Amino acid sequence: MSAGARALSPWLALALLLIVAPRIFSSGTALTMMSVMGVMIIFALSFNILLGQTGLLSFGHAVYFGLGGFVAIHAMNAVIHAKLPVGVPIVPLVGGVAGLAFGVLFGLVSTRRAGIVFSMISLGIGELVSSSSFILRTFFGGEEGITTNRVKLTPFLGYKFGPQLEVYYLIAAWCFVCVIAMYALTRTPFGRMCNAVRDNPERVEFVGYSPRMLRLIAFCFAAFFAGIAGGLSAISFEIMNAQQLGAQQSSLVLLMAYIGGVGSFAGPIVGAVIITFLQITLSDVTSAWQLYFGLMFIGVVLYAPNGVVGWMRLHRRAVGLGEAWRLAPAYAMVAPALAAAGAGAIMLIELANRQLALARSEGSAMRLFGFDIDASTAAPWIVAILLFVLGAMVVRRLWPRVGDAWGIVNARLQYRGAA
Amino acid sequence: MWQLITFSTLNGMLYGMLLFMMASGLTLIFSMMGVLNFAHASFYMLGAYFGFEISRRVGFWPGLVLAPLIVGAIGALVERYGLRRLHRLGHVSELLFTFGLAFVIEEGVQMVWGKLPVDYRVPPSLDFVAFRLFDTTYPAYRMFMLLTAVAMFLALLAVLTRTRVGLIIQAALTHPDMVAMLGHDVPRIFMLVFGAGAALAGLAGVIAGPALVTQPDMASLLGPILFVVIVVGGLGSLTGAFVASLLIGLVQTFAVAMNFSLAEVLGPNAPPLLGDLWQVTIAQLAPVMPYLMLVLVLIFRPTGLMGTRES
Repeated sequence: MSAGARALSPWLALALLLIVAPRIFSSGTALTMMSVMGVMIIFALSFNILLGQTGLLSFGHAVYFGLGGFVAIHAMNAVIHAKLPVGVPIVPLVGGVAGLAFGVLFGLVSTRRAGIVFSMISLGIGELVSSSSFILRTFFGGEEGITTNRVKLTPFLGYKFGPQLEVYYLIAAWCFVCVIAMYALTRTPFGRMCNAVRDNPERVEFVGYSPRMLRLIAFCFAAFFAGIAGGLSAISFEIMNAQQLGAQQSSLVLLMAYIGGVGSFAGPIVGAVIITFLQITLSDVTSAWQLYFGLMFIGVVLYAPNGVVGWMRLHRRAVGLGEAWRLAPAYAMVAPALAAAGAGAIMLIELANRQLALARSEGSAMRLFGFDIDASTAAPWIVAILLFVLGAMVVRRLWPRVGDAWGIVNARLQYRGAA
Repeated sequence: MWQLITFSTLNGMLYGMLLFMMASGLTLIFSMMGVLNFAHASFYMLGAYFGFEISRRVGFWPGLVLAPLIVGAIGALVERYGLRRLHRLGHVSELLFTFGLAFVIEEGVQMVWGKLPVDYRVPPSLDFVAFRLFDTTYPAYRMFMLLTAVAMFLALLAVLTRTRVGLIIQAALTHPDMVAMLGHDVPRIFMLVFGAGAALAGLAGVIAGPALVTQPDMASLLGPILFVVIVVGGLGSLTGAFVASLLIGLVQTFAVAMNFSLAEVLGPNAPPLLGDLWQVTIAQLAPVMPYLMLVLVLIFRPTGLMGTRES
């Protein structure tokens, strides 16, 4: 395989995946879920322009997503009202430009400094915008939000974007373009300078760049792509409300990017897919699903700071150089204990949830891991506590072995790298 | 008019002192450890819920003592087994950890006590009218809150300026490395300060719970305002945090009491564009004001009112 083909193959694979996915998962829920995933992939990647590439931790990134969406939805309504010949596929661009405009405005205020101060300003701006959304009711539509009807826009190449499948392909196309654009951005000199600003702003100044300017430009790019995501979301759901630009949405994108891994380009994509999938499926299974998100996030912060993709990369390197077998015995010993502790923890959370939150309305009988149990009796609790405590103790005992195995593998990899 | 000014001042002071009870811990923790504790408002919420639970079973007064102690212990454990492990990974990891923790605490509280507000009431022994002014009564419980907050403030001041521990903490605010080099166990001081800050926030929760509403989103509503307080006051400055707390308390309370809008001032001359903007009353602006202040302060005085450092 030539170098060019090797560079192209991941993109061809992505395009193929985006095209084929709705043929495999063709149910209505699956289509909606994949549409949300596409939107969230763009949103999470735009967030990572800030956090992963420029080292700016924003707690208010949903502002640009939401404002982009609101402007897009107003634009759609205006187009319908004035009967202009504008098709649905252009609308996300309107959202993107709106996001960019607000990005310039708020970026000028917030990118003066990096670090904690930036985070706090972003939080403040986020709160400012989301609390003013309850004041400016004509623009934000108050509690109900603003609605539109995408079918009333001029058809584009004969497509009216009524069925969800057509909307999915629109989102997929935008997602593909945006992913490539954002990847290309990381390969430009500008992208490299962003990394430099993240790692050592002082040296950036010595090279003759203004870190503040670079941060501002990165911020504007991030806001632009977030606005596109917002515009796509507006098309897909035909509604925007104040929740879309609030703290919850900002937290969600942080969760996605971080759990996926901010250290690599693919991380936020994986995170967006995992979290969207869990969000939709887990909320059917358990009412405590947000608690699992929080615990998962803490787990990643504590034990896998490079996220899911970082963790997989580590192993791929070991596998690629034929050293993975050294890890197997240690993993084989820890895995059962880890599984037991995890099962115990899930049982405890579910039992507690049943007994404390649901027992009054739905009774204490429940079904867990295929067993019918009653949360008001002692037996399941004892099993759960035993599983969790014993599992955790064994993991604690055996964990050093994993560390030792990794020590050997890393030393061998380094030796090979040097040779 | 005088009635409005008197009561708004009283309520504003009260709210400001409550804010300071939390902001003081937050700013101490931040300037010593560099950790912006996202979960600080969650400790406040835990204080309110523990206070509710204890007052329901035992009584209000035991709750006033026990709940902050429990919250403080939880805070110390969080520092010892969570934050200390993450210290080597840098401040962003620590920040994200507390962020996740705030998320988990909110979900946990929702699970245990439900999504609706709980019935946390003013204890009967404090449920009477303190005084009557301009034909309006002022509840004794509010006076009790104000006095508790002032007492806490004086105690904090005494500890920080008159004791050995306070001296070390003050030194660690500006020169943490030097303090460590002088042989003080800085991690232990961190744990104590973190625990004490959490306990103070918990106490604020116990006394604020009956007067405000005890509900699962009380932390996420208050948390951002606390950040505003410590940034506006100047990061790492206790005096600044005090001034900013009172300022924000007063501004918000006075804003709520005022019902003007630009449309009333401009009369029929109000431009038709942005119709909403002219109709907005100052009272409606109250929740936005802290954030507006934050943005303005950061533009015109990035170090905050009393701060000396930018980050």
